[in-house]
Amino acid sequence: MATMNMLQAINNALDIAMAEDEKVICFGEDVGIFGGVFRATSHLQEKYGKARCFNTPLVEQGIIGFANGLAAQGSVAVAEIQFADYIFPAFDQIVNETAKFRYRSGDLFNVGGLTIRTPYGGGISGGLYHSQSPEAYFTHTPGLKVVVPRNPYQAKGLLLAAIRDPDPVLFLEPKRLYRAAVGEVPEEDYQLPIGEAEVIKEGTDITLVGWGAQMEVISKAAELAEEQGIACEVIDLRSLLPWDVDTVAESVFKTGRMIVSHEAPLTGGFAGEIAATIQERCFLYLESPITRVTGLDTPFPLVLEKEYLPDHLKIFEAIRESVNF
Amino acid sequence: MMTQYVHQPSFMTGDEFSIETFCLLNPDGELYEGAEEPALTREHARKLYQAMLATRILDERMMAAQRQGRLSFYMQCTGEEAAVVGAAAALDDADMIMAQYREQGALMYRGFSIDEFMNQLFGNELDYGKGRQMPIHYGSRKLHYMTISSPLATQIPQATGYAYGQKLAGEGHCTLTFFGEGAASEGDFHAALNMASVHQVPVIFFCRNNGYAISTPSTEQFAADGIAPRAFGYHMHVIRVDGNDALAVYEATRQARKIAVEQNQPVLIEAMSYRLAAHSSSDDPSGYRAKSEEEAWRVKDPLLRMQRWLAKKGWWSDEEEATQQETLRREVLETMKRAEKRPPPPLESLISDVYADVTPALQRQLDQLKRHIRRYPEAYPRGAKSLDLTLSSATDSQGEA
Repeated sequence: MATMNMLQAINNALDIAMAEDEKVICFGEDVGIFGGVFRATSHLQEKYGKARCFNTPLVEQGIIGFANGLAAQGSVAVAEIQFADYIFPAFDQIVNETAKFRYRSGDLFNVGGLTIRTPYGGGISGGLYHSQSPEAYFTHTPGLKVVVPRNPYQAKGLLLAAIRDPDPVLFLEPKRLYRAAVGEVPEEDYQLPIGEAEVIKEGTDITLVGWGAQMEVISKAAELAEEQGIACEVIDLRSLLPWDVDTVAESVFKTGRMIVSHEAPLTGGFAGEIAATIQERCFLYLESPITRVTGLDTPFPLVLEKEYLPDHLKIFEAIRESVNF
Repeated sequence: MMTQYVHQPSFMTGDEFSIETFCLLNPDGELYEGAEEPALTREHARKLYQAMLATRILDERMMAAQRQGRLSFYMQCTGEEAAVVGAAAALDDADMIMAQYREQGALMYRGFSIDEFMNQLFGNELDYGKGRQMPIHYGSRKLHYMTISSPLATQIPQATGYAYGQKLAGEGHCTLTFFGEGAASEGDFHAALNMASVHQVPVIFFCRNNGYAISTPSTEQFAADGIAPRAFGYHMHVIRVDGNDALAVYEATRQARKIAVEQNQPVLIEAMSYRLAAHSSSDDPSGYRAKSEEEAWRVKDPLLRMQRWLAKKGWWSDEEEATQQETLRREVLETMKRAEKRPPPPLESLISDVYADVTPALQRQLDQLKRHIRRYPEAYPRGAKSLDLTLSSATDSQGEA
């Protein structure tokens, strides 16, 4: 075991993938000698050469178009979009091409070798365009897998799984945790399953569901609730598409209450999907309405970021209301 | 490049350069003076022409079938057969082709059978695409022809990426991507050319400048002298060719391929042609262009030109032309009848290939759908057939399929 922050864990995963398979190619803006603006690809060009780790011109639609072609050819393309806020020029390539490649060709061709890595989320004073959580645009797209790690250990295991997965994966990295999250990470190769949620804390009174950086916030709220004698069950979804309905439903059968929390705006957010599915599955077991604690339905603010974000206190309040419903 | 400093301001527009059009055959099928015949064998030249002819006949028949209501939609390659087939004939058969949608001639050249065309057009159980895409969205893995995607220009940066992979694989292959002059307005075109040039990728960007993007004439598509000058902005090799001259297209593409594969450099080819047919079966060109304009281009028909050249060489005859046309028409009609009668793809194909493996969530959705179809089979004849339900007798049923 080694102590790593999330960037080191991601870098380590990429290193392992590139060492193991010469078909693995990493590219994106500033990804080459500089190692990416966050340094997730540090030293990879030095180690594996310019042909396998390189800078691209500044053109997101081109990066993903190129990545789709490269993956269709049989390479394992790991493309970086520098900030999730800038993924939208590539939206057509991701939604109309990446996601539909296998289906539209009747499985003659596929881009399963593609992984798109991109930092997302707020809490870093990034304002409108360095803070967004665009996951729900992509969870509405059959053919994609959407994965979000919560800590360095998860990041390494899930990224290795994403790179080797037979389907294209959008890998959203909580950039607030890049250096803030530090933990024990095995130095050797390992994978964590895509499509399986993880119960990270057991409890009997209420189920709290989230993913990525929000797990830290949710856990803090659970501690506050714990002090009031409320036992929270905390679930990290890890994969949003496909998502693990069974694990969440099992928990709600037990607790009868659920809160889902994400940074992205409320309306059309992925919490709505979870709430709808769980009320179908668990209707007769519910003791109180399923609640969403999310960002506001506004663009991401700057100075009032703290007020906008669904922090531990907002979640704690929602827990109290749910339990006292 | 060395910076040259001047001390008086001067502005350039690109008019300082003029891009010539490479051509070998005149409309009568004779070599222009000073033109050199490409080294094409009799066999190869005949194969090239036969693919052009087969494409023309397939298009005529299928457009007629669409008009009879037998087919939902169709798009013709008519007028552009030389550009498309000439390019395909200059490639290695294992080079990847990533087309836009009007390039069935390239697939014909590579040996896609009439049956294979028909199965796709009718979306039957033998369609490789499993009946998921509209007619003309062909694809063939064995023939290295990427499945067509409707969104315009998306294949262009993909071709750059595909060719980058080919370069790393080091097997001496390249990718050729077709697109129209209209699609070249899309951002994906510019992204693709720039990345190909920066990363030194063996890709050929083949623009079919056929004068129209649906109804929009090229004069309203760009202000410059066509698409070719854009290559300068990306420091890329470029050639403009008479797109109705199969020999010139062949030779230009052959040499472009050499540059791509031997030097790992992208090449842009602009083939000047004309879309003689409507954009698609849903379009009516009489609303936006004059018949006289079409007639002027009919005289320059690429098939006639190639046919005349072959005849002069003694490699083709009027009798052969008549027999071939007759045989092809009959084959198209017979295969069409077969393809029409084949059943649609099974209900399960609704959820396969979304992912490599069917997810539990998708399986649940299919199971629910099956239960529903069992209740109302008349409303879903294809699904009911796939579930082996006899219509009108089976109105309800319990259990899962």
